Amino acid sequence: MEAIQTKDLTKMYGKARGIIELNLAVEEGELFGFIGPNGAGKSTTIRTLLGLISPTSGSASVLGKDITLNREEILAQTGYLPSEALFYSGMRVRDILKLSADLRKKDCRQEAEKLCDRLQLDPSRKVDELSFGNRKKVAIVCALQARPRLLILDEPTGGLDPLMQRAFFDIIQERNREGVTVFLSSHVLSEIQRNCSRAAVIRDGRIIACGSVEELAKTSARRVSVHGRVNLEKLDGIKDLHYTEDSVSFLYGGDMNLLLGRLSEGDVSDLSVSEPDLEEIFLHYYQEGGGTQ
Amino acid sequence: MTIMKHELRQGRTSFLVWTAAIGILMAVCICLFPEMKGQMEGISKLFASMGAFTAAFGMDRLNFGSLPGYYAIECGNVLGLGGAFYAALCAVDILSKEERGRTAEFLLTHPVSRAKILAGKLAAVLLQITVLNVIIYIVSVMSVMIIGEAVPWRELNLLHLGYFLMQLEIACICFGISAFMRKGSMGTGLGLVAILYFMNLIANISKSVRFLNYLTPFGYCTGADIVSAGKLNLGMVAVGIVISAVGIIAAFVKYMHKDIQA
Repeated sequence: MEAIQTKDLTKMYGKARGIIELNLAVEEGELFGFIGPNGAGKSTTIRTLLGLISPTSGSASVLGKDITLNREEILAQTGYLPSEALFYSGMRVRDILKLSADLRKKDCRQEAEKLCDRLQLDPSRKVDELSFGNRKKVAIVCALQARPRLLILDEPTGGLDPLMQRAFFDIIQERNREGVTVFLSSHVLSEIQRNCSRAAVIRDGRIIACGSVEELAKTSARRVSVHGRVNLEKLDGIKDLHYTEDSVSFLYGGDMNLLLGRLSEGDVSDLSVSEPDLEEIFLHYYQEGGGTQ
Repeated sequence: MTIMKHELRQGRTSFLVWTAAIGILMAVCICLFPEMKGQMEGISKLFASMGAFTAAFGMDRLNFGSLPGYYAIECGNVLGLGGAFYAALCAVDILSKEERGRTAEFLLTHPVSRAKILAGKLAAVLLQITVLNVIIYIVSVMSVMIIGEAVPWRELNLLHLGYFLMQLEIACICFGISAFMRKGSMGTGLGLVAILYFMNLIANISKSVRFLNYLTPFGYCTGADIVSAGKLNLGMVAVGIVISAVGIIAAFVKYMHKDIQA
């Protein structure tokens, strides 16, 4: 069964674009990545799935239930971690955790205690006194303490130090092994590459690529570094060009024969050609180009 | 129940401050009555000859030398305005604060229907206003007893009932407004009370705009009318009930399908 399925899901803010005819399928038990630049429509997608905003057209189901008809049932089995965690002023961490548990009509004290221990979160602190990272920890405990079937995480590691990021992903991986579906929206592509089996790329409100992370990282483009002199003028397919004193580095997605011709005409002392990582592919192809080359 | 308890906890400080402020002012006003009583006969005659100004406050129809007359004007203004401001502040922010403070995302991603959230928040507002009025009523009765005056039960009960209904109506209107607002709702609530209050003053001055008293909840809690008639104007109260219902229905209709902004 699909944990998340959208069919031509569209959200317009008046005339402004939110998401357009989004088709997405996340299998139950998957750890699914959702990648896209700012304003691409990641948060709009998540907010629509959670019922915070209504779709303009199309449909979507979460855990087999329609998002417009079964909002409460969906939310009862879903833990959500927002990108920016804000809470009621004047409350202590333990009060926030209790409020969240009470709203779910569950006793989550044991689980909350375990999570607070692992994330080194002091439940007696007032939320107003917490740093951005510590507020994020409160939101993480709120999302996880009821042991939901589905986790929707929006930029989950913002504000967390590297050690905490590791502790967080350890917990997420454990939950995923227990069968929890994880929908992870992130700008940090290494996070997606390390943790997700499949991912979708969204740009300008549309899904432009979806598949296994390995597939998405596959591209004919190569990172080329040349030591020496080479004339690259008017050579198509070059992106992210960097010159140093005696070397040049660029992403090349054009005709390899043309590049070899230019290299043979130049004065090359050393050459390396490597596969770009997902971060580079995302930055230079998914953001502007319209798909991998 | 969880939402209501949460709201009561959130509004505790504001409730205590407003209850204490109105209660103390009411007690002070009542305790000043014995001292003022002797001077009031002359003042009543003076006010009766001041035309529109006294008509606006209903002071031309009241005897300041009697406790009901004094109470209707002095204490009426304290509880009438104080209670109205509290009711407006309490209700106008109750929904909009979630979006302004960006806590709506936290609240609305829990498995609670929007209808239950609205009901819980409305119940919290109405309960706070009710408890405030009960406390003020007890403080007022005790203060009258302390100064050794006979409690004018009928007038006192009617005045307090009128102010209570007026606060409920203002709260319901502001609750409706809150569902439409995202920012700056406090000013809107206070502004609304000021407009409704001045509508009542204007309606009391000029016969040609007397109908305005049907639109403002201050219309059915004008102390002079209640004390002189010995009853509330049920026609105005009925219009108030309809306006209150419209406020609540508007809040539900809007908020049930409102897009919550990030």
